[in-house]
Amino acid sequence: MPDAAVFVEAQDLVRHFDVSRPILQRLAVREGKRILRAVDGISFTIPKGTTLSLVGESGCGKSTVARMMVGLYGTTSGHVLFDGRDLKQARAASDQRRRLQMIFQDPYASLNPRWRVADIVAEPIRAFGLAQGRDAVLARVAELLTQVGLSPLDGQKFPHEFSGGQRQRISIARALSSNPEFLVCDEPTSALDVSVQAQILNLMKDLQRRLGLTYLFISHNLAVVRQVSDRIGVMYLGRLVELAPAETLFTIPRHPYTRALMEAIPDLEMTGRTRIPVGGEVPSPITPPPGCAFHPRCPLANDRCRRERPELLAAEATMVACHAVQEGRAG
Amino acid sequence: MPNPILEVRDLRVEFPTRRGTLVALDSVSFAIQPGEVLGVVGESGAGKSMTGAAIIGLLEPPGRIAGGQILLEGRRIDNLRYEQMRRIRGREIGAIFQDPLTTLNPLYTVGDQLAETMLTHLPIRPAEAKRRAIEWLELVGIPAAAQRVDSYPHEFSGGMRQRVVIALALCAEPKLIVADEPTTALDVSIQAQIIALLKRLAREKGTAMMLVTHDMGVIAETADRVAVMYAGRIAEIGPVRDVVKAPRHPYTAGLMASIPPLDRRVERLAQIDGAMPRLSAIPQGCAYHPRCPKVFSRCAVDRPELMDAGTTDAACWLHYKSPAHA
Ligand SMILES: Nc1ncnc2c1ncn2[C@@H]1O[C@H](COP(=O)(O)OP(=O)(O)OP(=O)(O)O)[C@@H](O)[C@H]1O
Ligand SMILES: Nc1ncnc2c1ncn2[C@@H]1O[C@H](COP(=O)(O)OP(=O)(O)OP(=O)(O)O)[C@@H](O)[C@H]1O
Ligand code: SF4
Ligand code: SF4
Ligand SMILES: [Mg+2]
Ligand SMILES: [Mg+2]
Repeated sequence: MPDAAVFVEAQDLVRHFDVSRPILQRLAVREGKRILRAVDGISFTIPKGTTLSLVGESGCGKSTVARMMVGLYGTTSGHVLFDGRDLKQARAASDQRRRLQMIFQDPYASLNPRWRVADIVAEPIRAFGLAQGRDAVLARVAELLTQVGLSPLDGQKFPHEFSGGQRQRISIARALSSNPEFLVCDEPTSALDVSVQAQILNLMKDLQRRLGLTYLFISHNLAVVRQVSDRIGVMYLGRLVELAPAETLFTIPRHPYTRALMEAIPDLEMTGRTRIPVGGEVPSPITPPPGCAFHPRCPLANDRCRRERPELLAAEATMVACHAVQEGRAG
Repeated sequence: MPNPILEVRDLRVEFPTRRGTLVALDSVSFAIQPGEVLGVVGESGAGKSMTGAAIIGLLEPPGRIAGGQILLEGRRIDNLRYEQMRRIRGREIGAIFQDPLTTLNPLYTVGDQLAETMLTHLPIRPAEAKRRAIEWLELVGIPAAAQRVDSYPHEFSGGMRQRVVIALALCAEPKLIVADEPTTALDVSIQAQIIALLKRLAREKGTAMMLVTHDMGVIAETADRVAVMYAGRIAEIGPVRDVVKAPRHPYTAGLMASIPPLDRRVERLAQIDGAMPRLSAIPQGCAYHPRCPKVFSRCAVDRPELMDAGTTDAACWLHYKSPAHA
């Protein structure tokens, strides 16, 4: 079903990693190849000017999806469509590359240590010819640094002269410098104090309102996710288990894993409530459990769950992959 | 009161540069008792990591301790030679850095790195070290630990690497843990598990901990006391409940008001307008005065030191009582 408003689309994305030991070691212990299914069949769409967030346990595949969405990782199978075109074609054209950018989970790794901050932020502006002449480029750099709460004078320094959160802001300024239309944000504010975080989130919302930016947003902080998202996808072991409008997910979470996740949120009210970590073992993505991957930890699991993998199906405004929800026994 | 594990007295850290000397930390004093968790929060760039780096003797040159003392169980450690300090690090002080990639060696498997650390600091044999390495990976919640102990750091997700770094800091059973943003890359469930583990170590082994984090939920759950830093100084310090629920310093109040609510969506998040001053341009008087909603004449002239503000200590003239009335 073609939808005019859809700007970015993930079609059945799969990404495997070969994590076998070196061949000689493997022969010595007679061990086969080991394939890790980091992402195992994920589909979603993001309408223009909206934000889709991905949440889920550490290691469930969020960053891998993020990297596939901007073409940094190839797909084992499946496609990414960007503004109606296959991402591979879109990225081949340099005027298209400008339109998608990513803010990385690890800002240290993404900043060139030998470049001054002003050059780091100016590089996309120069490469894509977004400002003409030295003064115009510098003015734009100064504007970007100010927007993320740094000083234009900071442009003369090198990345190692900044604190963790300041470096995070440099990478945000750099990502914004090419005037992207689609921005993938992998934990963009987790290194920031709550006040600077509020400043950055407010800036992202302003840009979205003014320029219609589209975001794929990843964060472990569910309060932040609630503030920025239009829709939220909950991932578990490489698959989407629930996809819902943001407010719906927080008011009526349906999948047992989503509910467990909500129980584990830290308590600021200091009511003395102990957090309930999601019980049981985190399964291995190398040997995922059969049937529903959540079944070893699910209070509602039954025989069918252990045998048959639930599909992501519509349940009112929500999409849920759970037999209990579909059978009406999830309460 | 028992003797503190860590005592920091009047710490001053400077960065000499071509354009003059930058003061990154000034008059920083606090102590941590056995079994106590001191949370450290504050503006990004305020000097939290710098304080941790000074304690573990890993200030990045040209940064240097220019004044004050750091004492571990009553012994000065700020003036030790590199070799002496290296032995204390790992064995007596465990460090969890903000950036997991700098701690992990990309060329060695995570299991080898854990085993190596234990062999350096504990009287155990290699086979035992390997067994404990798997145990530690399980303790920090790495699934299929026995299978993944031979993985290299790049084969782990961001949060998994962070957990390996935590295991590395804890595995030699140090007396003091300096943890810089240990749980930022972790999902709420693993976070709860790690926090429970850290609290158990504090309770059962009397481990003292300095916990730097931006996550107020983690602070509320884990810390006994909190220090709030701004522009290289402690703005406020006190019991966690008082600092979070009834802050006495205007900066702390602004910070707490910026926490995004979990129970509803707001159009615009509260933020503190303006930016923290750069180290080379820290204003005279109270460093917060250009942004402070409560600023008055004295604030721009005199620098406030920490003073009794009732439930907490705050560096703010609002709480000044002239000696005549005290
Ligand atoms: N280059 C790689 N080689 C081998 N395995 C990898 C590679 N990159 C990721 N993985 C594995 O893929 C899985 C998903 O990793 P990913 O980084 O996408 O997780 P994540 O959801 O972003 O986690 P986190 O919240 O901790 O950042 C993990 O099990 C990880 O170990
Ligand atoms: N090598 C350096 N040279 C000059 N200044 C530096 C250097 N390293 C850090 N700084 C400055 O020292 C100050 C304190 O940095 P620090 O890393 O302690 O901040 P932080 O409180 O940990 O912040 P964050 O929450 O962002 O991690 C910052 O203003 C930073 O710009
Ligand atoms: S399908 Fe079964 S095991 Fe999976 S979440 Fe639903 S009830 Fe639980
Ligand atoms: S001393 Fe003055 S400027 Fe500083 S925090 Fe207090 S009231 Fe505000
Ligand atoms: Mg990730
Ligand atoms: Mg820091």
